[in-house]
Parts: sequence; structure tokens; C-alpha cells
Amino acid sequence: MDDSLLEKREGVVDNDNENTTWVEYWLEGELVHRSAHVTLKKPLTYMTAEAASIT
Amino acid sequence: MGELMTATHNFGTAPIRAATTADTFKAALYLTSATVNASTTAYSSTNEVTGTGYTAGGVTVTNATAPIAANSSPTAGVAYWTPSASITYTTVTLSTAFDCVLIYNSSQSNKAVSVHTFGSQTITAGTFTLTMPSNTTSTALLRLSTT
Repeated sequence: MDDSLLEKREGVVDNDNENTTWVEYWLEGELVHRSAHVTLKKPLTYMTAEAASIT
Repeated sequence: MGELMTATHNFGTAPIRAATTADTFKAALYLTSATVNASTTAYSSTNEVTGTGYTAGGVTVTNATAPIAANSSPTAGVAYWTPSASITYTTVTLSTAFDCVLIYNSSQSNKAVSVHTFGSQTITAGTFTLTMPSNTTSTALLRLSTT
């Protein structure tokens, strides 16, 4: 495949919770690849009740 | 408090352990339509992502670093733990949006440990990587603190 036919799109989301980067490759209007890399910035969102309890 | 993270102290009824080694933890991804929160008691396949390359139950969490305990004063301390590597789902297609990961203990009846949310994602013939926060007293993924 001729790689020059691929259109590359990239994006970043950065907020208090995460830093996310993603990359997409489109071929003739069709999404053929999407990867994402999420970096969590904070400790847990929820400690589940079961794990937090001392029974 | 590090001993609380390694089950040294038992204040109630605990499962019988066959070994002293660390349990096996896994990470499963859930759709945006799922209700996974502090009330979640165990792994469930309900509303878990499905797609090419993804195995129900998710992937094993790399746990090469034992919990660490640190005292900042005679009365203040914290124990903390973070997976020692990124959680990676390689070459998957997950077409329906997902936005959270459940970490659960596959050695102990799949009991839930923690839930972590992020902006919704889809993956197409690609890789989803979840990189952990730094394993420090203030940013570790799981923390037990006296303050």
C-alpha cells in the first residue's frame, strides 16, 4: 500500500485527570487505524467498597 | 501500613492463602454505558468491551514492585502501590466507546480493587495503553494514608 495515501490525524487531551494522545490513519475517508495512550495523573477514582473494607 | 497492603494483619475473616506470593491482578475495560464504581464488588463481563484482539477479563497487571510504606512524621504515614508497567491492549479493535478500567484480583474470586476513569476512547486495529501515575506517596495509583 502506498503510505502517502494515508491521512494522519493526531490529538491531545490534557486535564487534571489524564494526559491522552491519540493517532488515527484514514484511507479514502475510512478510519483504518486508531491508537490511544492514556496517562493517568491521579490516584484511584474509586477504591471499591469490597477492597476498602476490613471484614 | 504497608503491611495492610500485604495482608499481614487480619482484623476479621480472611481467605486462606496457599502461598505468600503476591496475588494476580487483572485490568478489564468497560463501555461508557457501564456502571462501574465504588459499589462494584467483583469483575463482571456485563458491559465489558468486546472486539477483535480483546479477551474477556482483560490483561494481567504487571506487579513487580511491592507496596511501599513511608512515614512523614511519627503520626503521619502512607502506604502505596502502583502497577510497575503500563497496562497495554495490543492490536485490538474496540469500536464501542469505553472510559474506565477495573483492576481486580483474579487470585481472590475476581474481587474488585479499584476503578479508574478517563475520557472515552475507541481503538481501531491499534493499541490502547494506560500508563500509570508515578509511584510516589502522593500520586501512586492506590494509597492508604493516615491523613
